[in-house]
This record gives sequence, structure tokens and C-alpha cells, in this order.
Amino acid sequence: MDFGLSEEQQQLKESARAFLSGECPTTFVRKTMATGEGYPRELYDHIAKLGWRGLIVPEKFGGAGLGMLDMAVILEEGGYAAMPGPFLFSSVLAASALKLSGSEQLKAKWLTPLAEGKAIGTVAIVESAGSIDQRDINATATKGGAGFHLTGAKMFVPYANVADFVVVAAKNNAREISLFVADAKAPGVTIRSLKNLDLTRRVSNVELKGAPAEQLGGGDDLFAKLIDVAAIAVAADSLGGTERALEMAVDYSKVREQFGKPIGSFQALKHAAAEIVADVEPARAMLWYAAYAQDTGAADAERVASMAKARLCDIYSRGTDRAVLMHGGIGFTWEHDMHLWFKRARFNESYFGSPSFHRERVAVLGAY
Amino acid sequence: MDLQFTPEEEAFRLKVRSWLAENMPTSGMSDDREGRDDKTWLARAKAWQRRLYEAGYIALAWPKEYGGQAMDPVRQSIVNDEMVRAKAPYNVGASGLGMLGPTLISWGSEEQKQRYLPKILTAEEIWCQGYSEPGAGSDLASLKTRAEIVGDEFVVNGQKVWTSGAQYADMMFCLVRTDPEAPKHRGISYILIDMRTPGITVRPLVQMTGDRGFNEVFFDNVRVPRKNLVAKLNEGWIVANATLFHERNMLGSASGSEQRFNRLLALAKSITRGGRPLTEDSVFRQRLVELEIRVEAMRFHALRQLTDQIRGKNPGVEAMINKLVGTELNHDLATAAMEAMGDYSMLSRDDEAALDHAYWPYEWMFSLGLVIGGGTSHIQKNIIAERGLKMPKSR
Repeated sequence: MDFGLSEEQQQLKESARAFLSGECPTTFVRKTMATGEGYPRELYDHIAKLGWRGLIVPEKFGGAGLGMLDMAVILEEGGYAAMPGPFLFSSVLAASALKLSGSEQLKAKWLTPLAEGKAIGTVAIVESAGSIDQRDINATATKGGAGFHLTGAKMFVPYANVADFVVVAAKNNAREISLFVADAKAPGVTIRSLKNLDLTRRVSNVELKGAPAEQLGGGDDLFAKLIDVAAIAVAADSLGGTERALEMAVDYSKVREQFGKPIGSFQALKHAAAEIVADVEPARAMLWYAAYAQDTGAADAERVASMAKARLCDIYSRGTDRAVLMHGGIGFTWEHDMHLWFKRARFNESYFGSPSFHRERVAVLGAY
Repeated sequence: MDLQFTPEEEAFRLKVRSWLAENMPTSGMSDDREGRDDKTWLARAKAWQRRLYEAGYIALAWPKEYGGQAMDPVRQSIVNDEMVRAKAPYNVGASGLGMLGPTLISWGSEEQKQRYLPKILTAEEIWCQGYSEPGAGSDLASLKTRAEIVGDEFVVNGQKVWTSGAQYADMMFCLVRTDPEAPKHRGISYILIDMRTPGITVRPLVQMTGDRGFNEVFFDNVRVPRKNLVAKLNEGWIVANATLFHERNMLGSASGSEQRFNRLLALAKSITRGGRPLTEDSVFRQRLVELEIRVEAMRFHALRQLTDQIRGKNPGVEAMINKLVGTELNHDLATAAMEAMGDYSMLSRDDEAALDHAYWPYEWMFSLGLVIGGGTSHIQKNIIAERGLKMPKSR
């Protein structure tokens, strides 16, 4: 019985913290926010060299062959730093889709360059309903020649603007769901960037008009597995973000004075901060278990992935609300960094299923 | 991360499970009606703890020289899990086992350990906690019960309040003021008092549940031998905090929440609204899952702390939240059950028509008591902020 991060995972976490505080401070995040594409290429070259981009890619395809718990450690630190760009979408989601379902040939074609830092992938699931619910997916795949042709209007696709390939969820004539992989530059693929609230997260619409694609795999189980991985990844980012918001609010409360003393000496602020801690600590243990369950194929892996997503996204939103409030007026300004996490919490909450979507999933799995 | 138990641990678990199945008292102990008759309850409860001890299932991690087995904390956690799973009755000696015992192991003299620890295990001596006073609740360190040294004895005068179990306890671990001139935290001592000493009067207080669970305890020139002082004179505050740490972990224990949640879910499935089970009401369904998630998170949080204990890591801020989160969660579970029952929640546990064996009306009230006892949620938040986050003290 050993419930916790290993020594290697602790070291990975500490080195990621040190690296990102040096290379990805908020001044850097803001510089990226001001760019059109929102993708800091030099930083991403750097993290490719650290092995992050292929962290969960099997060694056979050029990755480090590690698991979701190792990845969760990096994602937590990415959330703490509000690291911008496609890392989560490419190196976790697109990588997982290919790892879980593609042929050896497709893996070699897309996973290897992804792991080596030469390609960016993303996943396109959601359509006009703005929902991850399988019933809201209407894109179609028709067989033609050696592969398939995809038609549909995908929305809110992260970093399609810089992606080399897109993993697309679409249905056949019998309305059975499958995942396909399409070259982002292929004919019939039109990408249009949307205007984002959270500028550390860029999304686009991806219009598919008979776009050529290859099938990765199909079925409800595969789709569910992708939701699990996304849920854990977003939960890990949320954990790190909540920690950062708390830390900033507490630090500020120690130096800002009103009524002749630091505002952190007032119970109203103490209680707000303590409530964040009380939320975060049990959720951290739950996230670890969710990632471990995913890595070991535990029977409750799906249930606990949804639990972690629902819980940590709620905590992140509530925590950043409180952290902004603890700052007072300064927390409402563009200059202050607090809004970076405040907005990212909102992105995380909706992305790949709202807390209520995931709670419903838990209820169904628990035969409520 | 590795959640596998060893084959030996799995075998141990099965052994505990079958022992409990064969030996657990079937009535007169827990939340059934028969169990509320005090006179015979105490004897039965002591006998049950003694049987558990003789079977080797009490305080497994305590040192061997004081009656423990010096086992690793995993074994103790297996026993705890199985006790909860079997719905085994609460140990009558819990305040000795969970609070004073661990405190004495760290702070007691060799003589005190030899004298008191074995009888805690066997339930021969039941302990109560003399902390709160009418003027010292959240501000515990302002306590006024005075102990003057006269020869080889302390002479104690004053009053304690909310003392659970004082009506049947044999002993009390008690905070007294031994130096009224010193700053309030530096004039307190931690002493052990025999409840049969002349001058002690116990007056029961009736709780909102209708039960006589706690008491007022009055001290009128009560003589306590000096050797009953734990740690040094006037250094009782740090010992008091050690006990509070153990108390809070005990009160916030995750075990039990899972069973309560399962009971709540079964209740909600059995209740229909407009012809549909309450679990299909979309709002109530979401609320149930939210509670289940909090319960599960606390289960994992406990496993993490168990691991830290095995790894020899000192508890940090994560341990400071146990009491706050655990007790509020239990009260929220009971509140949801009360709401689920609709108008049946109007009934006291004494009405024949009360649902679910009348478990919830009492649980709903009692669980709020635990949000208060051992330091209210407000105090817990101050502790988390000041000791955990190092936010400036307001006092």
C-alpha cells in the first residue's frame, strides 16, 4: 500500500516547477497572449527536449512511455504557470487517441513526430450544441477510396490554428461513433480562429467538407476512454491553477494593509483561504487515484475520472472567484495576473464536459 | 503509487472480517432502540471492546510494552475499514484510545504509560476530556479552572462543561491553570484526575437530541497527586494541542462517511416523487453525486495520509483539514437525507413511522454537534490559515 507520488514523480514535479518559473513567468504568458496564434514555439521546442511532448507516447514511437500519473504531475505545473499553447490537447489528448486506437502505421505517421516535437495534434469533437455529449455529434464519415471523407462543422477545437493533424469524432450511416485522423492542411478542411476569453487557450472552428481522413478506431468505449483522459488532464491543470490562485491571494493578504493591519489577519480572508485548502487537498488525492486508475485499468477508472473533473473544475472556479475577491480592486484589473487563472478556470470547467455532465456520468455508472 | 495490499494483509483482512461476522453483538449496541438503555449499555459496551482487544484488534500500532502490537498503520486501517463495513459499534473507550493514549505515548512519563495505557485498551478505565469551560470555548487557553500546589498534590477548583461521557468515565485528562500570572498559554498544566475523587460533581446536560451525552463537571477542592501531571508544569498547552490533533483526526475520520452515503443513496432510491424514484430527480441526483464525490475524495485523502505516516513524513496542512471537512461532510449527508424524506423528516426517532429505522433524525443533529466539538469549523479555518498558510494572527 503506497498512495502518493513516487520519488521520481516528486522530482519531475519540482523540476517542472523550476523550469516553468524560469521560462514561463507571467510576463512570458502575457507576451504569448498578445500574439495572434497563441503558440510559443520556442518554449515548445524546449519542452520537447525535456521529453514532455512525448511523455505518454510509447517508447517504440519515440516517446518516454510514461503514464497519466506522470503526465498529471506536469499538467499540474502547467496549470500553476498558466502555460499557454497546445500541450494538453496535443501531447495528452491527440496522443492518447492515437495510442488507444490507431494502427501501427498511423501511430508511426503521427505519434512519432508528435513525440519528437515536430508535429502538433488536436481533437475535434464538439459541434454547434457546444457539448461533449455523443448525441450532439452529427459529423459524418463516408467510406471512399482507401479511407474516409469527413463532413461536418466542428467548433471550439483547441489550437486547430497551429495543428498539423486533427483527431475528429464522426458517425457512420448507422450513427455509430468513431475517431478519425485528418491532416489539418488537407483539402476540405477550413480552420477559422474564434475570439477567446482565456487567451492562454485558443479555439477555432473546423469546417469539414469531404475532408480525407483515416479511421483510428470506433465505438462507445473508445469515446469514453478519450473523455476519461481529457477529464484527468483538465483536472490536473485545474489543481495547479487553484494552488497558484490561492498562493497569490495569501501572499497579497500578508502585505496589503487596511484598518492598520495586513488584511490576512482578518477572519473573512482567512476563512476564504482555508476553504480553498479544504477543497483542494482531498481533490488532489482523488486526482492521483484517477490517474493511477487510468494507468492500471482499474474497474472504477471511468467513474473516478469524471469525479475528479467535476470536483476540481468546481474548486478551480470557486477558488479563483475567492482569490480575485481577496485582492479587491487590484484583482479586477488587466494588469494584475489574477484574471489569467480566473479565465482559465472557466475554460477548464466547460472543456470536455461540464461538472454536471460528469456528475451525471457518475450517477449512471453508479446505477443511481 | 501502488494500491495493492500484500497477500498477508489480504489474509489479515479476511480474518478480521470473519471474526467480526462471528463475534459482533447483534443488538443493544448501536443505533437500535434497545441500545439506548444506559444501565446495561455500559457493561455491554466495555465487554465488546475487551473482546476486540483480546482478539488483537485494538490499537495495533501501539508499542508492545503497553499492550499494543507495534504493527504498521496499514493493519490498523484494515481493522478500522472492516469495523465500519460490519457496522460494528463505536468503542466506548474511544477518547482513551484515540486521544489520551497517543498523547501519553508521546508526552507521558514511563510510569504513566505503564499505569494507564493497558487499561485504556481493555476498557477497564474509560476517559473523558476536561477542556471547555463556561468562559473558555473557542478561546480554550483562557480557561480558569485553578490547580494550586499544596505539598504533593494539586488542589483543583473550577468547572468544566460539554464533558462527554463524564457520567460514566473513570478518569479525566484535564487542563488546569497553574500559573495565573503568566500569559494565558504559559500557565496551563495537563493533569489526570480520578473521577471518584471527593469534590467532583457531575451534572448531566441534555443535548438537542434529547440524550444526556455531555455534562458539567464541578471541582470543589479536588486533590490530585502531583505525579498525575503530564509533561512539565505550566507546559500543558502544547500537550493539549497534541491531544486536539488526535481528536480532530478522529472526529474527521473518513471511515463511516462511505457507509452513510450508501445508506443515503438507498434511502433516495426507495423514495418516490410524482411516481419516480428521488434518484431520478435531476437536481437531487446531482446533489447526491456531489456528496459521493466528496466522500470518495476523503477516502483517498485518508489513504494519502496513511502513506505519509508509513513514509515517516510529518503531517502538514493536509491533516489540518480533516476535522473541518469530515464533520461538515457527515452533516451534509444527513441534511440531504432529511430533505429526501420530505414530511417524514418531521418525525422524531421515537415515532413508529420514522423512515430508515429512524437513523437520520438523530444523525442529523449529532453530526452538527461534531462540527462544533473539538473546535468549531470557524476555529479550524483559523488554524488552517494561521498554521498552514502562515497568515497573520488576528489576536
